[in-house]
Amino acid sequence: MTYSSPSAETEIEIVRNETGRQLAFRQFLRNRAATVGLVCLLVICLVAIAAPLIAPFDPAAIKLSEKLRPPSLIHWLGTDHFGRDVLSRMIWGARISLSVGLTVVIFALATGVPVGLISGYTGGNTDNTLMRLMDGFLTFPPLLLGVAIVGLLGPDVQNVMLALGIVQMPVFARIVRSATLAVREETYITATRALGAGVGRIIGHILGNIMSAIVVQVTIGFSAAVIAEASLSFLGLGVQPPASSWGRDLSEARRFMNDAPWLFLAPTAAIMICVMSINFLGDGLRDALQPRSWRSHRPAAKEPNAT
Amino acid sequence: MTSPLLTVNNLRTSFRSDRGTVRAVDGVSFTLNRGEILGLVGESGSGKSMTAMSIMRLIPEPPGSVEADELRFDGIDLLALSERQMLDVRAARIAMIFQDPMRSLNPVLSVGRQLTETLRRHLALDGAAARRRAIELLEMVGIPMAKSRLGAYPHEFSGGMRQRVMIAIALSCNPSLLIADEATTALDVTVQAQIVDLIKTLVKDIGASVIWISHDLGLVANLCDRVNVMYAGRIVESGPIRDVFYRPSHGYTLGLMSCTPRIDLVGERLRPIEGLPPDLSRPMTLCPFLPRCAHSVDRCRTERPALIEEQPAHWASCFADLTGSWRQTT
Repeated sequence: MTYSSPSAETEIEIVRNETGRQLAFRQFLRNRAATVGLVCLLVICLVAIAAPLIAPFDPAAIKLSEKLRPPSLIHWLGTDHFGRDVLSRMIWGARISLSVGLTVVIFALATGVPVGLISGYTGGNTDNTLMRLMDGFLTFPPLLLGVAIVGLLGPDVQNVMLALGIVQMPVFARIVRSATLAVREETYITATRALGAGVGRIIGHILGNIMSAIVVQVTIGFSAAVIAEASLSFLGLGVQPPASSWGRDLSEARRFMNDAPWLFLAPTAAIMICVMSINFLGDGLRDALQPRSWRSHRPAAKEPNAT
Repeated sequence: MTSPLLTVNNLRTSFRSDRGTVRAVDGVSFTLNRGEILGLVGESGSGKSMTAMSIMRLIPEPPGSVEADELRFDGIDLLALSERQMLDVRAARIAMIFQDPMRSLNPVLSVGRQLTETLRRHLALDGAAARRRAIELLEMVGIPMAKSRLGAYPHEFSGGMRQRVMIAIALSCNPSLLIADEATTALDVTVQAQIVDLIKTLVKDIGASVIWISHDLGLVANLCDRVNVMYAGRIVESGPIRDVFYRPSHGYTLGLMSCTPRIDLVGERLRPIEGLPPDLSRPMTLCPFLPRCAHSVDRCRTERPALIEEQPAHWASCFADLTGSWRQTT
């Protein structure tokens, strides 16, 4: 009882040999904002990695004779009140922002996702206990919790990462839990159980179905962490001088707003571009990761029994 | 005579809720012989699906609880198996097809992946062998260009095609028992006929028995060897297809058949069964169908009828004499 005709088969083979991943990538590229976001983020990443090579000056080198110079051919973005090159500081600042964002998201993923999965899948008392614990964390305003933890442990980049990671963990846990609750009740999960899948494989199936929610949350968490790091550094609780951070530089630029506007424009623009490209990327990923949204590039196979 | 494939004796499935214990399945007993197709009919909430889920041990405990005097499948006491041992029974020995093909495949995995996953789990095939077998299976259920469709996702298939994929997955490990829970209800009539034929052919090939759950009496009459009619968590009538449909011996079966359209009675109104099924959380001392029964006799109001063999192999739990109540096709 087969309907395959050899000619159609070969024809189809030529047209489609794309995997799901390739289709998702194609769908992603079709979203222009997302592509721009991805490119921007890649550039920022490269700049951060290659900071020692491409930064024209030492970001901490003080040269008072050159202080508060406007942008010029030597100092593309001008200099600050200590005569430090702003461009070099922005380049080194990218390192801090991205590494904080990355570490925070990894921490939140590693803690929040298992908590959410266990909570949503097990239900009952385990769910209650874990979620009340997470609710406990959520009752604090996020920045305040960050300030409290950094205040307790001392201002330092590592402590900022830890603090922001703890702030984001419950958010991840709750999103994963609610998505798990919805997916757990789906017929295909029962069907998978009926096919002899154990708990591990069921969790795998659930994880596959909530991946887009997690990916979107990763991008939201990443940009939130970048902003939060800038805020904490702005308040003097994050990166300590002479290391450069966008938030810290913004805070110092405040005093020279009228005389040297480039000083605050540069970090503002850096934060904005970074956060926006991550957000665009997140939107694009969310759409691309949904198999249903893939527009067909393959000729639809003839279905003699189509309903 | 060989032993039956499945013996269910006094199966009781209940759920604890705030309103008390709901007896979803209340003392169901039946046997299923090898190669037999058994129909399970009844309206929504009569316990058909719950019976199937109980046999598969898919009822979450708690809040559910599954008890039986005997639940024996091919010599195995299913209730004595641990969850881990049960994993090896599911799909490999007992497979299940669900009602809604739109929702019983994982939307984010390709159908090939879903097929091979089961094959690798139960038959311990390696990747390439599983892939070959998956293509064979898809061809077997009539998916055109099976090889190129392995990488396709469920949303790229129509409902009928998805149900074919489900059948391929369910039959992939040559189970001895296939439970089809309203497998064709969500499909339109022409596709329904194809799927029924397909299942019929395939189970004959691999020699599997089938429990066919449906509320479509015509379909059951066509497909099954025997039928169990369920109401309020119990079997109220059971027997060979011909006997049950030509000589219904329970008020509920008669009611069900009276509300099915008949081509030979054009222009006549259908007679629906008035009222609603009873609340299963209340204890029942009388026939659960009594409040809706059009044929009740005095004895119905004093005691509950037991399931007795009214004709050879034809069981019913009804006091009323329904002989001649069903109008034969003239």
